Amino acid sequence: MTDGQNDRSLEKYRRMQRIRQFEDLAEAIHAQGEIPGSLHTYAGQEASGVGACMALDDTDYMVGTHRSHGHPIAKGAKLRPLMAELLGKATGICKGKGGSMHLSDFSVGSLGETSIVGSGVPVAAGAALGSKLQGNGRVALCFFGDGATNEGAFHEGMNLAAVWALPAIFVCENNGYAVSTPASATVPVKDVAERARAYGMPSIIVDGQDVDAVEAAVAEAVGRARTGGGPTLVETKTYRYADHAVNMGRVLLDRGGEVDEWRKRDPLALYRAKLIAGGTAAALLDAIEREVADEVADALQFARDSAWPEQAEAFDDVFVDRLPIPDFITA
Amino acid sequence: MAKATFLEAIRQAQYEEMTRDERVFIMGEDIICNVFGTTTGFVDAFGTERVRDTPISENGFIGAAGGAAMVGMRPIVDATISSFLYPAMDQIMSIIAKSRYIYGGQARLPLVIRSCLFYGNSNAAQHSDRNYSMFMNVPGLKIMVPSNAHDMKGMLKAAVRDDDPVLCFEDSTCWMSKAELPDDPDFLIPLGKGDIKREGSDVSIIAIGGAVPLALKAANDLAAEGISAEVVDPRSLVPLDKELILRSVRKTGRAITVDPAHQTCSAGSEIAAIIAERAFDALRGPVLRIATADTHLPFSPAIEKALYPSPERIVAAARKLVGVRQPENA
Repeated sequence: MTDGQNDRSLEKYRRMQRIRQFEDLAEAIHAQGEIPGSLHTYAGQEASGVGACMALDDTDYMVGTHRSHGHPIAKGAKLRPLMAELLGKATGICKGKGGSMHLSDFSVGSLGETSIVGSGVPVAAGAALGSKLQGNGRVALCFFGDGATNEGAFHEGMNLAAVWALPAIFVCENNGYAVSTPASATVPVKDVAERARAYGMPSIIVDGQDVDAVEAAVAEAVGRARTGGGPTLVETKTYRYADHAVNMGRVLLDRGGEVDEWRKRDPLALYRAKLIAGGTAAALLDAIEREVADEVADALQFARDSAWPEQAEAFDDVFVDRLPIPDFITA
Repeated sequence: MAKATFLEAIRQAQYEEMTRDERVFIMGEDIICNVFGTTTGFVDAFGTERVRDTPISENGFIGAAGGAAMVGMRPIVDATISSFLYPAMDQIMSIIAKSRYIYGGQARLPLVIRSCLFYGNSNAAQHSDRNYSMFMNVPGLKIMVPSNAHDMKGMLKAAVRDDDPVLCFEDSTCWMSKAELPDDPDFLIPLGKGDIKREGSDVSIIAIGGAVPLALKAANDLAAEGISAEVVDPRSLVPLDKELILRSVRKTGRAITVDPAHQTCSAGSEIAAIIAERAFDALRGPVLRIATADTHLPFSPAIEKALYPSPERIVAAARKLVGVRQPENA
């Protein structure tokens, strides 16, 4: 392992740690009522998001889902504005108007985390079309789950990208469940990847708990996209540990010992063991974990110290120009 | 300047804006074969990268226009007939209207979605929609419904240059009407600026899209009876030129809205409510609404036409409101 590869490996580990620790803290303060609304956590899927985003350049585009914490962190977003958004503060990445389902940092190429399942697929196809028309060499990657692959938007976006040979990468993070319903009950093919054949599109199935494998698979797709070879469907086989959303336990079917089985292949633990086996000092990884803990704590402090948005903010960003504010608000 | 049709106005607006700004491109179903004549000569001028035929997948390509706009393009989507917007409601409502807001202003969506209001010609219920009012109910979409070729050209050019998403509704009953079209490449009519199509003093007729020519005909007929009708054309519904409408109503003291949409929750209904709330003191009678009856549009020509607004219905409403007058020299 060269030093360069090592840096890259450590960065992958760091980003996975950021996601895990960011969400662990978010879940704890959500339980105490400090985060309003719902919380859809990504725990268990970190290798999928980080591996995929590490295969992208900083200027490439990424579109994500309602499970929105992991994707921007994987793409390199800073934690402070993300945590502030979870608390609904003015300094939040979306000025407190998006919240947990929409953590989206355009400065790192994240074009939105949409909470209508499947609706990001046409957007990513469009971003890829924009790249093609501008000839700027950028690719657009779209994350979605197995449930989304039953949506019309998924098929229309895939078809459009294929027929126009757009530089797009469609990453299905197949965690096995759409809310509570198992994929076996809703997806009539064994692997989501099979659906690519209908669009003459290549596909890759990869172990979603192995960050290096995901990166390699997506890198292959990125290479094809950048050189005019069109889109690829990558299916990462992964798992989410928690309910669809925090405190939605009553709608989740009994998963038996399944969660425990998957935890044995936890992406962070797997990667830590792999790095140590490859010669990385455990102390170095410990140090990264502590640094990330400090970063996350700092993000929470920043969020807590931040002001609430002004009421007038509710009327900004509907259009480029602020809407008039009604009398009952100003009175 | 030369006289040209409404469809030619659309062609000129698109051609000029695509010439001016290479970020502008057009896509939709059957653009290249140029079904309605709004893209004549476009492939030769701009090539097939910027003039794109799409698969029949409205949700897919309208959503893709949103994605392309987010990365710096300025798409014009030709969605042909306005009922074809329904398969794309997911992308129009959840992505195009809301993305800027939910991402706190990080997204910018400069795109135009064109579609025609294709009614009054025995095309049955699925092809006879006048659905702009539905879209007025969601913030984040600008909505234009011009009534003549001149306004069409200036407003479409302004829409292409607008940094917000614009739905452009093209009333097919106006397609063949002609007007003088300015050839100034920067001829723009800003969205949100209405127009008085005819001055009058007894009653304000606020008419939308294809109802404007009907209102002008009615105003002529009313003049023969000694009733002076003012015809107000809002031209765009979002933003809406409320001040122009209220000024007219304060002058005449009477208001009739004429809207080709179904009456319930129509644009005309919203305008009537605005008048009642903000110019009640000036009113000398109730605000009357003329709209399409709240039923689907039938195929049979024997029973379709009577459901829409007509000059006769407008005249009758104005007479009721003003009080029947005899011509002065009768």
